[in-house]
Amino acid sequence: MAADSATPLLCARALRRLYGRIVALEEVSFELWPGEILAIVGESGSGKSTLLHVLAGQLEPDEGEVLFDLPGRGLQDIYRLCEGERRTLARTDWGFVHQHAVDGLRMHVSAGANVVERQMALGERHYGRLRRLALDWLQHVELDPARIDDAPVIFSGGMRQRLQIARNLVTLPRLVFLDEPTSGLDVSVQARLLDLLRRLTRELGLAVVLVTHDLAVARLLAHRTMVMQLGRVVESGLTDQLLDDPVHPYTQLLVSSVLPP
Amino acid sequence: MRMCDPPGSLERDPNVNFAYLDERTKRMIRRALLKAVCIPGHQVAFGSREMPLPYGWGTGGIQVTASILGPRDVLKVIDQGSDDTVNAVNIRRFFQRTAGVAVTTDTTRADIIQTRHRIPETPLREGQILVFQVPAPEPMQRLEPRQSETRKMHGLAEYGLMHVKLYEDIAHYGHIATTYDYPVLVNNRYVMSPSPIPKFDNPKLNMSPALQLFGAGREKRIYAVPPYTAVTSLAFDDHPFEVQRWESGCALCGSRASFLDEVLTDDHGGRMFVCSDSDYCTSRQGADVRSVISDGG
Repeated sequence: MAADSATPLLCARALRRLYGRIVALEEVSFELWPGEILAIVGESGSGKSTLLHVLAGQLEPDEGEVLFDLPGRGLQDIYRLCEGERRTLARTDWGFVHQHAVDGLRMHVSAGANVVERQMALGERHYGRLRRLALDWLQHVELDPARIDDAPVIFSGGMRQRLQIARNLVTLPRLVFLDEPTSGLDVSVQARLLDLLRRLTRELGLAVVLVTHDLAVARLLAHRTMVMQLGRVVESGLTDQLLDDPVHPYTQLLVSSVLPP
Repeated sequence: MRMCDPPGSLERDPNVNFAYLDERTKRMIRRALLKAVCIPGHQVAFGSREMPLPYGWGTGGIQVTASILGPRDVLKVIDQGSDDTVNAVNIRRFFQRTAGVAVTTDTTRADIIQTRHRIPETPLREGQILVFQVPAPEPMQRLEPRQSETRKMHGLAEYGLMHVKLYEDIAHYGHIATTYDYPVLVNNRYVMSPSPIPKFDNPKLNMSPALQLFGAGREKRIYAVPPYTAVTSLAFDDHPFEVQRWESGCALCGSRASFLDEVLTDDHGGRMFVCSDSDYCTSRQGADVRSVISDGG
């Protein structure tokens, strides 16, 4: 998608991050193009969550830089922006869907207000328009519009995840970070959520960085996949190619560890 | 029953420092006040002292008053608009005993007015200082409990969250149901809690000739609205800010322009609406009516 654009949307250069003496990230570099979906897979402790937080501007790397294509300004190091700019970027041009919806939603505020909070932060002051926008987005993520005034505390896990997605997409961001969006859901709910994500990413032309330990999720959504082990990228390539014909011994181990149903 | 202690009936206690607090503490609080005045609506941290009354009774307001009080100032203290409720009477006696200052119930005569829950109906003038007692200085605390985060949001003027609260009101009640402690934007920059005054009083905050100081003792915060500063109440374009209205005027003085309290008069559903500002109401009735109130109550 959008393969004609000349610059990448997001660009990581030689990222390094330590926790004391423990190396969480080492020499991680890659480019993400507009509309591209990149999966980062690896076992627990491989550094994939650290990488996601570094990319999303939440954790400054010890070395290296994260560049994002700002409208009219070209590639900029997000850690050189002032904090206000970075926070504005994070709630307009980016989305972040947390593994646990509790971290990404206001649990005691109605679904509608959760969805349109970003619009209010951007200065929308017309209740009627906000209300219509909230209803639209509930329908986009296949939630019952009648639940607009219910708080997410009384929603099921799958519904909360849908609501979190709507809340992030309402500003039509160009880049979305997904942190294990389907783990913790039962398989039928997972399948429907994945369908929804596939449809929305295609319709909106979203670029996505997806962290998952579930290779099936990567295969279903991602164009490209990176495999991480001990903070390093050990293999990366087109998802189908990588999963069908793994080269690195660790990738081979990962692929062969999946239990057939 | 309506009159408080006449001025001068209490002896100044020679064993406490003037206005109870020591001079260094008062200086520290005045520095915080100066900073607060310089940045209208911004919450300034200060070293709140333990006072001889419980939190929630006005420890913040009393420390501010103590710091700015001079020996020739005339003090008025109101609680819910009234000069003769427990909180008002006790704080007034406190300053009579510790500072020996003159006190009054007359809004026009007062130099400093310490208040809880109301702004007097009588318009304030230049040179007067209104001191508010504030229980919860952070307007976003209910929705964002992390103080590290709310401070950052103030710093970056990220105030979308305030409208989440108003949105919730309209979604659940069809109108903005917040009636007191209604959030305001000060000087087009900082969102501020006006303390639990009814939203009826919010318009009086705007462009007031008097200096308005806010003290939160438990939360250790001071903030201020200098004279002639713009204060706007938050709202939606299609749900504008409105104040409360009553169907009739005050049962005692007939005023239709003041904030009314509902008072039950018997056990059979009898009630009447009277001004919450007792000084305003009595001055409108004139001296002869006062006897009627005490007879007819």
